[in-house]
Amino acid sequence: MATNVSLDHVSKRFGEVLAVDDFSLEVAEGELLVLLGPSGCGKTTTLRMIAGFTDASAGTVRIRERNVTHEPPYRRNIGVVFQNYALFPHLTVFENVAFGLRRRKASEAEIAERVERSLALVKLDSLAQRLPRQLSGGQQQRVAVARALVIEPDVLLLDEPLSNLDAKLRHDVRQEMRRLQQLLKITTILVTHDQDEAMSMGDRLVVINSGRIQQIGSPQELYRTPRNPFVASFIGQANFIEGAPSRNGSLFVTRSGLAIACASSASDAKSLMIRPEAIELLDAPAAGANVFPATVEVVTYLGSTSELILRLTDSETVIVTKPASAAAPHQWTPGQSLFIRVDPASAVGIASM
Amino acid sequence: MVRGTRPLERLGRATFQIAVAGAFVFMALPIALVLWLSFFNNEILSLPPEGYSLRWYSEMFRKRQFISGFWTSLDVALLATACGLLVTLPASFALTRSQFRGREAFLQLLMSPLIVPAIVIGASLYMTFVEFEVLTGLPVVGSVWGLAVGHILITIPWSIRLITANLIGVDRSVEEAAQSLGASPLVAALKVTLPLIWPGMVAAALFSFVISFGNLEISLLLVTPGQTTLPIAILQYLQWKIDPTIAAVSALQIAVIGGGLLITDRFVSLAKVVHQ
Repeated sequence: MATNVSLDHVSKRFGEVLAVDDFSLEVAEGELLVLLGPSGCGKTTTLRMIAGFTDASAGTVRIRERNVTHEPPYRRNIGVVFQNYALFPHLTVFENVAFGLRRRKASEAEIAERVERSLALVKLDSLAQRLPRQLSGGQQQRVAVARALVIEPDVLLLDEPLSNLDAKLRHDVRQEMRRLQQLLKITTILVTHDQDEAMSMGDRLVVINSGRIQQIGSPQELYRTPRNPFVASFIGQANFIEGAPSRNGSLFVTRSGLAIACASSASDAKSLMIRPEAIELLDAPAAGANVFPATVEVVTYLGSTSELILRLTDSETVIVTKPASAAAPHQWTPGQSLFIRVDPASAVGIASM
Repeated sequence: MVRGTRPLERLGRATFQIAVAGAFVFMALPIALVLWLSFFNNEILSLPPEGYSLRWYSEMFRKRQFISGFWTSLDVALLATACGLLVTLPASFALTRSQFRGREAFLQLLMSPLIVPAIVIGASLYMTFVEFEVLTGLPVVGSVWGLAVGHILITIPWSIRLITANLIGVDRSVEEAAQSLGASPLVAALKVTLPLIWPGMVAAALFSFVISFGNLEISLLLVTPGQTTLPIAILQYLQWKIDPTIAAVSALQIAVIGGGLLITDRFVSLAKVVHQ
């Protein structure tokens, strides 16, 4: 597939701080790529360098094979949706959306037609004559999307576009934006700190921490085989048990001597990662691999799930989540003894950061 | 109405309201007094009034120096306001939208007319103008342009403060959005930033106009006989006579400035200007 945006060894230095440290990545045509990481990790700076608002200290930014590293934003043909939407408060919804077309000297007839089509796309055609302040947050967000899309940009850049919406609305808008993106097949780069948003919207995720790319991959890849503890704990919940792999790599021996069969383990693995939902609870010992006795320490009821903290040995505990079944509510009590079974396929040995 | 449940709270509110009322009286009293005096029949300004008449108003229109002074002041104030904004706008953009060496010094330079006594500015301008006239032969002292140059100097600090405050208030991402849509920085400034700082520009223009129209100290050294501003015409008249004509002239000046405020309010809500 053709490459739309590529970053080639891009860095950004603010004084002493290296905000973005040697990023190289490629975004395919029509792909939705998510830059995911905690605040201050460099994801927004990366987006701003692609948009041209911030100059790269080193490296090359290309959009559709064109080197735009030193091009100003107004010559890059990009669509940007800002976190606060950044609508023009003195212009109507229609004129907000028409702004980019007017800069491109489109004819009045063409402007009217394209703005109308674009507003219909985000279901705002009836509000074209309103001012931004007369709209709700969700409507403003859709105007911002329409304004960015109407110019048919090479790439759509979204900077935390859902963070100012309330939780209920965010869920709907997320699906709506994903639908729109797939409908228009527009290459999109989304910045977020919200892992649910990243998982549900992204074709591929770039996990970033302290200015460094930690891992790039599909949501499944990142969840199943995180490369380091940061990725493992940033995407979903994870148990880490310290220890070392056995010589042939099929077993992981924990500090207290438990030998756990695992799917894959790098020879330099320092800990074993097990997802909380990948641990099965048994009332009685069972035959087969990876069955260990455990004691319930804490039970937390969370509505749709229950979260248990189980002690395996004096030094090791694991967190287990179990869906709460209305038909057969299972009661666990602290102090209760039971057995756990770990699926070897979901136990992954990972190196430290 | 004094509301509040606890006596101390009520006392606090009452004190505050009295202080506010006092401030209003303090500000309105001189204006009211001038207007009142302008209708006195007395030959010499004094209390109590001997009777009321409108004759000082017709007197005022018969005195050429007041009429020509009024027009000169109006010309100078309009020119100083317009040129002042032309200087202040780009300067304010530079101060708020770019980082450059000597930015702080540049700001202090623009603020400096506030710390130099106006009469000193007037004197140094006068000497400069004389040198300039000797060199070029162009008349500057006593011209509307010469006066306007002096007035621009003292309006700049006020306009800079007002406009930079407005520019800082404009969300940078709105300008970035304009640029991402294909607007160069200049187009973004014209199409997006200027409409958003409009109230600040109106406020700056108003301030400049009022400061220039009422200025005495700088004008004092830059006028020539036959070409004076209204405040100087008043001062010169006062040296010979104290009759209610000057109260009538002041009433005219108040009417011009008050009228300006009212007209402006029709275009830009002054409440909005003040709140920015």
